[in-house]
Amino acid sequence: MPGRRKHTLLLAGLALALATVSAEADSHGGKKKPELISGASAEMLAAQCDGCHGPNGASGGPAIPNIGGHDAEFLMEQMKGFASGEIPSTIMGRIAKGYTDDEIKRLAAHYAKQKWVPAKQKFDAGLAKMGAPLAEKYCEKCHEDGGRKADEGIPVLAGQWLPYLHFTMADFISGKREMTKKMKKRVNKLMKSKGEKGLNAVLEFYASQQ
Amino acid sequence: MTKVNRRTFIQATGVAAAAGVAGMPNVVLGASKKVVVVGGGPGGATCARYLKIFDPGIDVTLIEPNQHYHTCFMSNEVLAGKRTIEQIRFGYDGLKKAGINVVHDMVTAIDPEKKVVKTAGGKDFAYDRCVVAPGIDFRYETIEGYDEAATKTVPHAWKAGEQTVTLRKQLEAMKDGGLFVLCAPPNPYRCPPGPYERASLIANYFKKHKPKSKIIILDPKPKFSKQGLFKAAWKKFYGFGSDNAMIEWRGAQEEAGVVSVDVASKTVTTRFGDKIKADVLNVVPAQKAGKIAHVAGLTNDSGWCPVNLHTFESTIHKGIHVIGDASIAKGMPKSGYAANSEAKVCAASVAALLNGKEPPAPAYVNTCYSIAADDWGFSVAAVYKLARDGSKIMKVSGGLTPGDAPAEYYKREVFYAHSWYNNITRDIFGG
Repeated sequence: MPGRRKHTLLLAGLALALATVSAEADSHGGKKKPELISGASAEMLAAQCDGCHGPNGASGGPAIPNIGGHDAEFLMEQMKGFASGEIPSTIMGRIAKGYTDDEIKRLAAHYAKQKWVPAKQKFDAGLAKMGAPLAEKYCEKCHEDGGRKADEGIPVLAGQWLPYLHFTMADFISGKREMTKKMKKRVNKLMKSKGEKGLNAVLEFYASQQ
Repeated sequence: MTKVNRRTFIQATGVAAAAGVAGMPNVVLGASKKVVVVGGGPGGATCARYLKIFDPGIDVTLIEPNQHYHTCFMSNEVLAGKRTIEQIRFGYDGLKKAGINVVHDMVTAIDPEKKVVKTAGGKDFAYDRCVVAPGIDFRYETIEGYDEAATKTVPHAWKAGEQTVTLRKQLEAMKDGGLFVLCAPPNPYRCPPGPYERASLIANYFKKHKPKSKIIILDPKPKFSKQGLFKAAWKKFYGFGSDNAMIEWRGAQEEAGVVSVDVASKTVTTRFGDKIKADVLNVVPAQKAGKIAHVAGLTNDSGWCPVNLHTFESTIHKGIHVIGDASIAKGMPKSGYAANSEAKVCAASVAALLNGKEPPAPAYVNTCYSIAADDWGFSVAAVYKLARDGSKIMKVSGGLTPGDAPAEYYKREVFYAHSWYNNITRDIFGG
């Protein structure tokens, strides 16, 4: 058999060499990237996210957030913010850059359709009790329905993982991540009147909403 | 739990089904849809689960000899005493609940002509498509004096479980001031950053409990995965590079690879001729695809299994797909996440093929965390697409934790590593 196979290989090699030459000619000396297969379905794309975020985007925690059941607009903003660096992250900035706007749209629509599964986590009951009226006073105007609202770009807070909420607020307060004017005003007010304990109480309240 | 029923899945393949049979082609055409999955690790278990998600009409049987699976990932935390062996142990109830027929038996042969899987228990399992996910086996013959029997006292612990426990006990029993020698494998092997995470976490344990002890890594490779991040962590926490270094890495030259082991005295000899006597010795030999891949003739000269990167169908035997560490997934590492990712692409392809459709456009991801000290973790990630000509799984984005990241970043990555573990194990085993 070797004779024939060798011949085929030679031909294949020749074809490859020719293809390479034409590819180089096309790219005007730059490194030509091979054409890729795109068009993966939302289910295929999401299956690859669920490895880290949990089946259907319902995370087992403690820090990787729930994404299933969020508002689609919020999810798209997050992915684009990670990719641009506008939203600080650890691993997500590196990952988000790998998706086209169209893929992000499909993924966001997919996760928006999933059921929000509140995180089963420990919380400080005393602080949560203290946080309930504070959340009502400082957050409810946007994070309606006790933080359950998932619409108009507003993320669900009720039942999100607590370490993730802490990381996110730490980034907002340190200035690494920009708050909207509305949010900044209210967070500042909360911090001024109740301090860090007040903020923690609000987060414990949202963590308690299971 | 899933939103993907068969109808949407078939639509998602992007191929118009013949009019009138779109909803239930198997019933109308009378086609059989039997899949036998060989191996219940990250690749096999994920594939079985996703076959059922993508098409609940597929009859899925998973054959795995063991009642439980211990994940290799996070087994280094067991060695360091940060986690118990029970915390990396998973059963198959989640798969059974998903409607998968789980059989505890050892596959001894696969007949690609008759499409039958045979087991040590004397059973035959007919299939329309077979998915083989056997993980790795070891090339014991590459190290003189080392074999499977020797692993009782000189474990490789590169398949988690009993040997992980043995090695942990040896580390606990070792005197303060003892020497732990880790013999790293040559490429390609399961979990590229694994040996270096292992050294880091054992140093973490030594620092707290046996601070006079040392670790030497003997490496046949001149460089390794996440090298910059590991060396920086070793310098920060374990005196790396100083006279008082707890970790020493010998691998800048090829000569540091281990060529022979004297099991009784726990002494190793490097290619250069150095002899080192260890108090606790961990030898991770060169690797190849798991045994059944060889028996079934699915391997090439490299000892691994060549596959179509879109369907993971063997390029040697039609109708048999190979995923995970055993496969040659050009462009992707041999990691647990890669096995999980490949399993989903394979499951979608198998489901489509069994329904007479073209395999859908694939998408692949790898994420891999390493923990080097308390509150000090880092990661590598990649998003991939398949080259149109099928020659390679191409990275479209990704990369490592930046070396100049603030401490808070490394701390968060430990939280994320543990979350990653909780989620990927649910994605693999269900439940």
